[in-house]
Amino acid sequence: MRVWKFGDNIDTDAIIPGRYLTIYDPRELASHAFEGTRDEFSKDAREGDIVVGGSNFGCGSSREHAPLALSGAGIHFIIAQSFARIFYRNAINVGLLPLICPDAGEIPDGSKISVRIREGYIEYGERKLTFEPVPEFLQNIIDAGGLVEFGRDRKEVPLCTKSQ
Amino acid sequence: MNYMGSTVAEKIFAGKCGREVTAGEVVMAEIDAAMIHDITGPLAIKKFYEMDGDKVFNPESVILLLDHQIPADSIPAAENHVYMRRFAEEQQIQNYDLREGICHQVVMEKGRALPGQIVVGADSHTCMYGAGGAFATGIGSTDMGFALKFGALYFRVPESIKVTVSGSFAERVGAKDLILAIAKDLGADGATYKSLEFLGETIRNMEMAGRMTCCNMAIEMGAKAGIVPPDEITHEYFANRVTNYERIHLESDEDAVYALEKDFDVTDLSPQVAVPHNVDLARDVEDVAGTHIDQVFIGSCTNGRFEDLQEAARVLGERKFSDSVRVIVIPASREEYLKSLRAGFIERFVEAGALVEAPCCGPCMGGAFGLLAPGEVSLSTSNRNFRGRQGSTEASVYLCSPATAAASAIFGEITDPREV
Repeated sequence: MRVWKFGDNIDTDAIIPGRYLTIYDPRELASHAFEGTRDEFSKDAREGDIVVGGSNFGCGSSREHAPLALSGAGIHFIIAQSFARIFYRNAINVGLLPLICPDAGEIPDGSKISVRIREGYIEYGERKLTFEPVPEFLQNIIDAGGLVEFGRDRKEVPLCTKSQ
Repeated sequence: MNYMGSTVAEKIFAGKCGREVTAGEVVMAEIDAAMIHDITGPLAIKKFYEMDGDKVFNPESVILLLDHQIPADSIPAAENHVYMRRFAEEQQIQNYDLREGICHQVVMEKGRALPGQIVVGADSHTCMYGAGGAFATGIGSTDMGFALKFGALYFRVPESIKVTVSGSFAERVGAKDLILAIAKDLGADGATYKSLEFLGETIRNMEMAGRMTCCNMAIEMGAKAGIVPPDEITHEYFANRVTNYERIHLESDEDAVYALEKDFDVTDLSPQVAVPHNVDLARDVEDVAGTHIDQVFIGSCTNGRFEDLQEAARVLGERKFSDSVRVIVIPASREEYLKSLRAGFIERFVEAGALVEAPCCGPCMGGAFGLLAPGEVSLSTSNRNFRGRQGSTEASVYLCSPATAAASAIFGEITDPREV
């Protein structure tokens, strides 16, 4: 699984420019992913490739088009030192798994890594880089198959006003 | 366990949950309002249907409008507008359509986000409503679909950063310069997941327009919310707009626990300019004066209000804008447009050579109009200068206040508004 390495503060305008926001199809969005900032991504990214970023990955707009574009490109995992808040939730909601890995900076572009979800680490050569577990409430959503499935299965939700 | 005081953010969530809550806790909290617009709304509506949504939780709590691509600039945009209108009709939601202006300004003007409320919007600058004492945060479309169905959402109660601002601004220095300076200090991710609580005499003396500018840009530091605890200025703003408006008291306890406390003194603050390509790269205007510019944009949810246009008009005076610069002025809403029109600002801008457009997001959207060619430079009162934000990824965007934008537009280069 090839790594596409990016730096700090990768914003959602870079992931998918504003002029493509009338598009909702993930594959079509993917054909414009990183347009103008890293054009080879949309051409060469393959199913199962992994995006690795620095700190504050996905900052900026709330556009869900950004994780959708990456998903449409065949990406399943995004590994970064930290994520912007809205992007993190959006990624999970569209079926991408954002993994917070303090050592993400050590993973070079083009390298081969594998993500051991159950074991909680990323295998890079001889190294095992650990990532933070996803918060429990979000893990429940992932386990349900995503927020759409989580929401579809319910008529009402357990509000904090009621004892849980 | 010792009782510890609460921040404003904690108090708002405690109010919703009917019990004490502390930062870090995850709660499924009811929301008071939800806002959708033409970019993120259509996908939110699709997700609502995919979740077997039938009726929205409360039609009166949904704010629906079009502001990013208006009037429709493409057939797909027009189709999105039709989709939004149909949803409004089907769900009996009041549709402001493309008449009223930029979503965030409209929510404030119509009193749709009030002190102590929890409001979500499918737009990152939703945090602006904190200027009125609400806890307001931007969410994505799937979360919005969920919120529309259930009227509730999972929230992690955020830690807060206490930002205390003191001193009086120098002439032609104001809220935008302050928030750019704060962004520089905290960094683009310095407040990630946290709530920025704005306090101190400078904030207390600031009118609503300036508070909105500050809270609007909380997201540029990664913050989940920006909040100014409500006071007499807040109450006066809403009392004129909302029938049976209730003046609530809401402030942090003296022993509230903050993740970080920061003090800023604006007395000697220079006008700030954020240089490409990040919002936290603010410089004193003196250090970038003389930079060539091709386009000036005065507008957006950050700085398109009457007070902003007034400041720009004052700097402009009886002069003309430089022929070497395209000046685009867009009031944030119909209300702000009309006020500015009646005050004579619009006439002055047109005389001086500006293009005045109807209320909308304009060039800040980076897809509708006012785009930049490779190598071009824009000076903008909006909130983001990311590479490619206003067109070509080989163009550059600088951010500044309305005063600096107007001064620079006169001379065709970045100019210190204090020297004009």
